[in-house]
Amino acid sequence: MTDLPTYTARKPANPETSEQLRARIPGWGADLDPKDRPAVPREHAEETGAHWEFPERQPEKWPRERSIEHAFVTPVFGTSCPPKGLSGAIRKFSYRRYSEGRAAHWLLLVAADRVDAWESHLRSFVTARPDNPVTETGLLAEFTRHGIASRRGRRRADVVHQGLDPLIVAGPWVAAAGAAVVAVRALVRRGRR
Amino acid sequence: MRAMVYRGPYKVRVEEKDVPPIEHPNDAIVKVSLAAICGSDLHLYHGLMPDTRVGMTFGHEFVGTVHEVGSSVRNLRPGDRVMVPFNIYCGSCFFCARGLYSNCHNVNPNATAVGGIYGYSHTTGGYDGGQAEYVRVPFADVGPAKIPDWMAEDDAVLLTDALATGYFGAQLGDIVEGDVVVVFGAGPVGLYAAKSAWLMGAGRVIVIDHLEYRLAKAREFAHAETYNFVEYDDIVVHLKKITGHLGADVAIDAVGAEADGNLLQHVTSAKLKLQGGSPIALNWAIDGVRKGGTISVMGAYGPIFSAVKFGDAMNKGLTLRMNQTPVKRQWPRLFEHIRNGYLAPSDIVTHRVPLEHIAEAYHMFSAKLDGCIKPLIVPAAG
Repeated sequence: MTDLPTYTARKPANPETSEQLRARIPGWGADLDPKDRPAVPREHAEETGAHWEFPERQPEKWPRERSIEHAFVTPVFGTSCPPKGLSGAIRKFSYRRYSEGRAAHWLLLVAADRVDAWESHLRSFVTARPDNPVTETGLLAEFTRHGIASRRGRRRADVVHQGLDPLIVAGPWVAAAGAAVVAVRALVRRGRR
Repeated sequence: MRAMVYRGPYKVRVEEKDVPPIEHPNDAIVKVSLAAICGSDLHLYHGLMPDTRVGMTFGHEFVGTVHEVGSSVRNLRPGDRVMVPFNIYCGSCFFCARGLYSNCHNVNPNATAVGGIYGYSHTTGGYDGGQAEYVRVPFADVGPAKIPDWMAEDDAVLLTDALATGYFGAQLGDIVEGDVVVVFGAGPVGLYAAKSAWLMGAGRVIVIDHLEYRLAKAREFAHAETYNFVEYDDIVVHLKKITGHLGADVAIDAVGAEADGNLLQHVTSAKLKLQGGSPIALNWAIDGVRKGGTISVMGAYGPIFSAVKFGDAMNKGLTLRMNQTPVKRQWPRLFEHIRNGYLAPSDIVTHRVPLEHIAEAYHMFSAKLDGCIKPLIVPAAG
């Protein structure tokens, strides 16, 4: 014998009945009928406002990169940030060579994102508005939005790894600066010999 | 115009950009009056989503006023106040013809696996988003709707994604009267999913998170029973104990790619980008739901593989349901629920930030400072 319903055909009782819940929670049961919900049935035709069988094609201002799983460039597409530089070359190669089913496709795109960030940061140094890691990371919010009080004594699971974030942002720059210092010192030493 | 611009992982700033032009006869240009930062924007912000390009403007939750329309637009005119679903969709392809608006085949040349989304990397089509003064809205006759006169703008902006997604997530759980529903994540989508579960007749709604202030909101806003997973050695065992060792009937993953609770999973995905997402909440859902139960995945994951416990899902005979939300399908019923007083979406808004300070808003939301649950962005306030 057991008093645990789970090991019998019975289901454990809920703390409150439907009537109690209906009285306590506004709207309880308003969508009770599973067949009368907006997402049911999953596939369901309705008037969309489209007045075309196939949409008119948006002009392509540059050869638009596309998944090779598509038959053609879709009739409408975004035009933000055309591919450029080394990151653009990696992206175009990834789209041209690998389908979405291949890990290489996505890993190349992630690699291109890192290259893009480096290219863009370097490019910004020859503009009137170079990247500013303090303002762009929003670090000032640590002071204006109670950075310490929001974490101290809260037993938050994310505090354990938040220390990695500055490393992700600044680490490559520190490493690059270190490498540059080592290289310059080596050159200076060689010049003195 | 002023627009938020991505500058690389953890870095954004406001720049001067050209007002977007009409690029297709059914485009509209919308002057944004209110936008929001979504939890899934943080995946872009942290550099987790493949093909997120420096220079892109994020933002898929926004409302505004029609500024200009293309030559074939029939349903909107300049001056109309509109709410814009986060899905970009044509309304006429195989998928749209079946109501699967989030899976449209005519708007995203970069991928077939996902539809078009505003300001959400080139993997979702390469469209700039609405955290800006102006935004291009394709298929203006299909996606946007005029904001009803009675509706507050704060509620309207939350209907463009977060509320619709939480409500859709509860529906994918196939909840029947008396079901025990566990929601992982007490962010905006989790809060709305928990609240929506009651509308569908749940008998018990449990919310799990590690941020105490969000769990407090889950108790107050969503009438939920809450547990902080940090306080338990094994949250799955605890979940079994409080459900008579049965497990929940329905589990909803409202966390997605950057879940906490297992350092190795989190670091390999959110920090090192070696997984498409950290499937901690999804694995807890798989282990915490009862055999034969249903899991609804609303949390966003990237396209790279993730270490999901699929064997347990198979052996337990689970039903896994998921999709990006076809937002506009949810609106008529959600409008009713708001009018009836069953849902008050803007109760979860914690911050309103001028566009000019969006870098601080991203950091605050990302680092979970100042009790932040839902930050709204006000372009005109700068």
